[in-house]
Amino acid sequence: MISLTDLGIIRDVAWQDDTLIVTVTPTYSGCPATSIINLDIETALRGHGIEKIELKRQLSPAWTTDWLTEGGKRKLEAFGIAPPQPAGGPDHCPHCGSKSIEKISQFGSTPCKATWRCKDCLEPFDYFKCI
Amino acid sequence: MSTAVTSGDDALFEFLCRMGDSTLVLGHRVSEWCGHAPVLEEDIALANTALDLIGQTQLWLGLAGEVEGKGRDADKLAFLRDGWDFRSALLTEVPNGDFGRTLMRQFLFDAWHSIYLGRLLKSSDKRVADIAEKASKEVSYHLERSADTVVALGDGTEESHARMADALAYLWPYVGELFAGDAVDAAMVEAGVAPDPASLREEYDALVGRILEEATLALPEGRFAHKGGRDGRMHTEHLGHILTQMQWLQRAYPGCTW
Ligand SMILES: [Zn+2]
Repeated sequence: MISLTDLGIIRDVAWQDDTLIVTVTPTYSGCPATSIINLDIETALRGHGIEKIELKRQLSPAWTTDWLTEGGKRKLEAFGIAPPQPAGGPDHCPHCGSKSIEKISQFGSTPCKATWRCKDCLEPFDYFKCI
Repeated sequence: MSTAVTSGDDALFEFLCRMGDSTLVLGHRVSEWCGHAPVLEEDIALANTALDLIGQTQLWLGLAGEVEGKGRDADKLAFLRDGWDFRSALLTEVPNGDFGRTLMRQFLFDAWHSIYLGRLLKSSDKRVADIAEKASKEVSYHLERSADTVVALGDGTEESHARMADALAYLWPYVGELFAGDAVDAAMVEAGVAPDPASLREEYDALVGRILEEATLALPEGRFAHKGGRDGRMHTEHLGHILTQMQWLQRAYPGCTW
């Protein structure tokens, strides 16, 4: 599945003396995954033998879907989530590739997604919305 | 070490509580719809809006606690203050009513919120500008949705139109408070932290007027305004009820986590 660097939310990693400072920006201010993400970062770094870790929250510049990597977008699509498009809506159905799609709701299962539906295969799907 | 809290910090604390308490109380109100909305998509949309607002609350009240410097964090400010210490705008406190009224209240708040946050992007206080930058992205999305829904319901069936007209008439007297400045606002203007609320009114009326026209609803003429939420002088009778719901767990089991 998609990584935190694919998402573009790790803004910086730097040593300050013997402490590793990881700068993270939230996707949405109320994103319930934020604390889990921080925990995952800590766990992963400790697993690599790094003891002194400091997580820094950075709000500005605010996270934008432009920071999603190309690899990240491909992984989203493979998972059935339409990646963000500059046009503001999905380009095609991630299941069958049809361009005949319609918006059901501006919001989806999490704050970062909207709900769309394919008019050909009739499957609903999540669209990772642009911000 | 710097001197004790200056009056400037007091005003900044007040300002930050006003921002955070309005998003907190509205976020709580909107979350009351969770599991009750007319259709699943709307349920999800309302819950997500509430989540954004609570997230913004953490940022505003977190900074308020930092500025105050008495060891209170966002949770302590949210869950352990009494009603008279809240600074939420009255508009955020009123009961949800039906779905239409909830969305009309959301629209009237979102329109103000988006304009106000837009000005805060230029705040002299970088911490305030940073929060505004984050929040304004979310709020422009809220506004798009609430405006669309107000248009769809206002220009909908005879019944939905009538309900939206009632909602507007009920909510309009709570709008004026958002533009009534006081000494705290004056101090924020002086420090370059925040704009004079009154200076946003024209832009607000233009934006709201345009959407209401599309919704076949008339912008009310009345300028009577219920006040007392932003300065804590007199909240609605509803705030106490909200707080009993919102705070009981931390009051009954202080410091409880899970
Ligand atoms: Zn399809």
